[in-house]
Amino acid sequence: MTFLSYLINGLSLGSIYAIIALGYTMVYGIAKMLNFAHGDVIMVGAYICFYAVSAYQLPPPVGILLAMVVCTVLGMVIERLAYKPLRQATSLAVLITAIGVSYFLQNSALLLWSSTTKIFPNFFVIPRGAETSTGFSLFDGQLNISYVTVVTVLACLVIMLALTWFTGNTRMGKAMRACSEDKGAAQLMGINVDTTISVTFAIGSALAAIAGVLLCSAYPTLSPTTGSMPGIKAFTAAVFGGIGSIPGALLGGLLLGVIEILAGAYIGTQLQNAVVFAVLIVVLLVKPAGLLGRQIREKV
Amino acid sequence: MKKKLLCITLTLALALGLSACGGGNGGNAGGNNGGNAGGGNAGGSNADGNISGAAFKLGGTGPLTGGAATYGIAARNGAQIAVDEINAMGGIQFELRYEDDAHDPEKAVNAYNVLKDWGMQLSLGSVTSKPAEATSVMNMEDRIFALTPSASSEATTQGKDNVFQMCFTDPGQGAKSAEYISDKSLGSKIAIIWKNDDVYSKGIHDTFTARAAELQLEIVSDTTFADGNDKDFSVQLTNAKDNDADLVFLPMYYEPASLILSQANSMSYAPKFFGVDGMDGILAQPGFDTSLAEGVMLLTPFNADSTDERTAAFVAKYQQQFNEIPNQFAADAYDCVYAFKMALENASATPDMSNEDLCSLMMTQFTSMTLEGITGDGAGITWETSGAVSKSPKGMVIQNGAYVGLD
Amino acid sequence: MNAIKNLNKTTRNNFLTYGAVVLAYAVVQLLMGSLSSSLKGMLVPICAYVVMALSLNLTVGVLGELSLGHAGFMSVGAFSGVTAAMALQELIPFAPLRLTVSMLIGAVFAGIAGFLIGIPVLRLNGDYLAIVTLAFGEIIKSIINNLYLGLDGKGLHFSLLTDRTALDEDGLLIIGGPMGIGGIQRLSTFTAGFVLVMLSLFIIFNLVNSRTGRAIMAVRDNSIAAESIGINITKYKLIAFVTSAALAGAAGTLFAMNYTTIVANKFDFNASILILVFVVLGGLGNMFGSIVAAAALTILPEALREFDDYRMLVYAIVLILVMLATNNPAIQGFFARLRGARKGAAEQ
Repeated sequence: MTFLSYLINGLSLGSIYAIIALGYTMVYGIAKMLNFAHGDVIMVGAYICFYAVSAYQLPPPVGILLAMVVCTVLGMVIERLAYKPLRQATSLAVLITAIGVSYFLQNSALLLWSSTTKIFPNFFVIPRGAETSTGFSLFDGQLNISYVTVVTVLACLVIMLALTWFTGNTRMGKAMRACSEDKGAAQLMGINVDTTISVTFAIGSALAAIAGVLLCSAYPTLSPTTGSMPGIKAFTAAVFGGIGSIPGALLGGLLLGVIEILAGAYIGTQLQNAVVFAVLIVVLLVKPAGLLGRQIREKV
Repeated sequence: MKKKLLCITLTLALALGLSACGGGNGGNAGGNNGGNAGGGNAGGSNADGNISGAAFKLGGTGPLTGGAATYGIAARNGAQIAVDEINAMGGIQFELRYEDDAHDPEKAVNAYNVLKDWGMQLSLGSVTSKPAEATSVMNMEDRIFALTPSASSEATTQGKDNVFQMCFTDPGQGAKSAEYISDKSLGSKIAIIWKNDDVYSKGIHDTFTARAAELQLEIVSDTTFADGNDKDFSVQLTNAKDNDADLVFLPMYYEPASLILSQANSMSYAPKFFGVDGMDGILAQPGFDTSLAEGVMLLTPFNADSTDERTAAFVAKYQQQFNEIPNQFAADAYDCVYAFKMALENASATPDMSNEDLCSLMMTQFTSMTLEGITGDGAGITWETSGAVSKSPKGMVIQNGAYVGLD
Repeated sequence: MNAIKNLNKTTRNNFLTYGAVVLAYAVVQLLMGSLSSSLKGMLVPICAYVVMALSLNLTVGVLGELSLGHAGFMSVGAFSGVTAAMALQELIPFAPLRLTVSMLIGAVFAGIAGFLIGIPVLRLNGDYLAIVTLAFGEIIKSIINNLYLGLDGKGLHFSLLTDRTALDEDGLLIIGGPMGIGGIQRLSTFTAGFVLVMLSLFIIFNLVNSRTGRAIMAVRDNSIAAESIGINITKYKLIAFVTSAALAGAAGTLFAMNYTTIVANKFDFNASILILVFVVLGGLGNMFGSIVAAAALTILPEALREFDDYRMLVYAIVLILVMLATNNPAIQGFFARLRGARKGAAEQ
């Protein structure tokens, strides 16, 4: 039973990594850049939602929507101002710019919203009389599952399926796949590459907002550096699953979360991080392109 | 490649240009510190620039950016309030300057050097422990007296005759907590969750376990977390629960502690929780559901809900200026400035004295005076020659969203 | 003058780089009396970061593999070097010699770590290699955070996770897990830093201009073609990677010995990224650029202290703008024209 509860906690943590990783992987797949500022967009999304709900008393769904809108705009603005001018530059130059953007967002948040930790409200509760219930328990209270966990896992699956459908069946989705294969050829076929990349950033950032809300609902402390570590973990997850692959991001995220919790439980909390990264290394050595990544044979 | 090179050269020129103008008007950086703006032109790059000044130059480093920014900013704000109050009284005048060290010893040394160039006469050391270990050596070498509000590791003061602390040492807290739990028989089976990449948490953990063993407290679970995995505590809490721990000791700051409380609640695990001074501030977090902290006990030197007149005035002023409730970092820094005021008055020191002279005056004063501060249990604050503070922590328990004395 | 002109272009550039470093050292030494303590305090870290940037440039620029865990080697070097310095305190009383020996030991340990990590890692490429180096960096940090190492009459004792070193009464706990190392004697000097920078330049230039170096660059430019003409890819990748790690180790020792205390968390992902920023900004494969960028970007945050609370925000903006400017075709074209004009004038 303890194992089961660890597993559920792992899935909950992993689903959040997975949603963040989906954003990473979308952007990487199409723009071929590691957007290290992604974690900080998550933090911005969480702050917007926090203030909308607690300071302006908006209902939570409106708060989440507002966060998505703000993050979408933010993502597109960042792309337009900081990444688009570097389309022809090396990927390393873009990486460094992304890090600059990450510093920028963190320090802006520090100045705007102060360093004091905010406690994020839990939206996923069911009022039961005077009390509110945050979850349910099974097997005579031996197994507690919070509603946030359920919502997170479901949201993660829905988003993954929606993205798969979107990239597979819509005009814009096909344009994205074309850009990801070969930008030059896509352009020759009449696809507007700039718009496509811009839309990718918009989708990735909207996902970041959702991830931010879910992350902070499950783990309710919010500060300007909230996004950075989950961001790095999610990046790891995306690579783990095979970067650029949508199901890969989901699988990588979930596995990373589960491994992290189980490593802490059965190997020891002190070396938790080391074990997670060691597993990652072993997997990449066996499957050098990640679990579901495409192994591209280099032509001579 | 050469194109880039040119641009880099330009950057360098820019950087040097900025640093050049940096030296000239350093005195303004202290911010809005009352009516002694005359100090602004005294901040040359030479140490003797302070002779013309009418105010004591008080400097400190702390994390004003990055993950630990809460603590540094709180300390700076607390010190600023004290300085404003003292300057408004007339008499001794201070000019306060805080520099960012991002909770990093390397940057703390840089920040210290900037303050030294500014002509710092008295130092508030560093806010956090590891940076303070690096800067206190420099305080010692340069003979600039330091009183750190919150750097609690023993290494901060060890071997330095002119570095004093306003907070308890970590080992002191660990031992006191164990004694408190044993004296009041708060728990028979104890679990500890601590942060194993943090000096503060580690220091308290080690002495707590050592003292607990002497007092025959049974520790049934001992788990850790670190920087990268400080979100999910289900493993640590399950371990404590499975080992039937009835008291969980949390030697850590309040952010992870609030996550632990909320996760324990959702697991329907309700042991007693016992915290240390880093836990103070947990109730002041915007949006915190105080019912989660119901019954949490902690040893803290400061209580923002106190009815004590000075504390209430300080809290009101802090809230008015910074829109937040002050935590113990702010209170300790506030007391530090008043301690300096008292010592300077007792010694009839004047701002034209050199830092060496001030240092020896301060060393005699601090080991002989008793300060009535807003931290401590009201019995007065004294210092030992080692630099460690002697004041009693208050045992507090959280009831109905407020601290109540435990005794 | 003619002698310099007759040298080939690479050699001339290399000598110019050596010359610039010597000149910078001489100027700083001359001005030492009038420098602010803020600048003086940064001299050793600047040297350490310069060596870090040079060594990472060997991996990223010359070998062409992205590493996000370079600070891990710095960490290994820092901790092993400082441990050596503390253990050798009585054996070698002469401080500069003890520093040299410590840096050597730091370099050796970091080199060994580089070798062990390099064997599996260098089979990967691109972003996968980057993430694995990131992972190793985090693992090194995690292990050192749990490492206890003490010294007493019976020799060195170490344990993982908890302190089970069981030292004698007069023993000294050197590495205390998360507490890191405290009470370090600050042996590092600017001169030592200068010597290390010169030495690193010497090693890197000689490596790059040798047969080995050309083989490494052939692997970078086209590994399949390189393999087809009989170059042992793994061997040359490893040579570059291990050299880079060893230099980083020496830099780590130099850095650590400049402070009284050092913790493993200092050498995290952000530190690795910072060094990568130096390299990219200075130009891949451009050693002089790395030196200038490392120095400029170490000074920049200090120079920005005037901005008070806005300091790091301004730093971020400067970083983004510099990246945009250096990659902007119009600005690049402007400088190219400028140089062209100057060259034209010189020829007349």
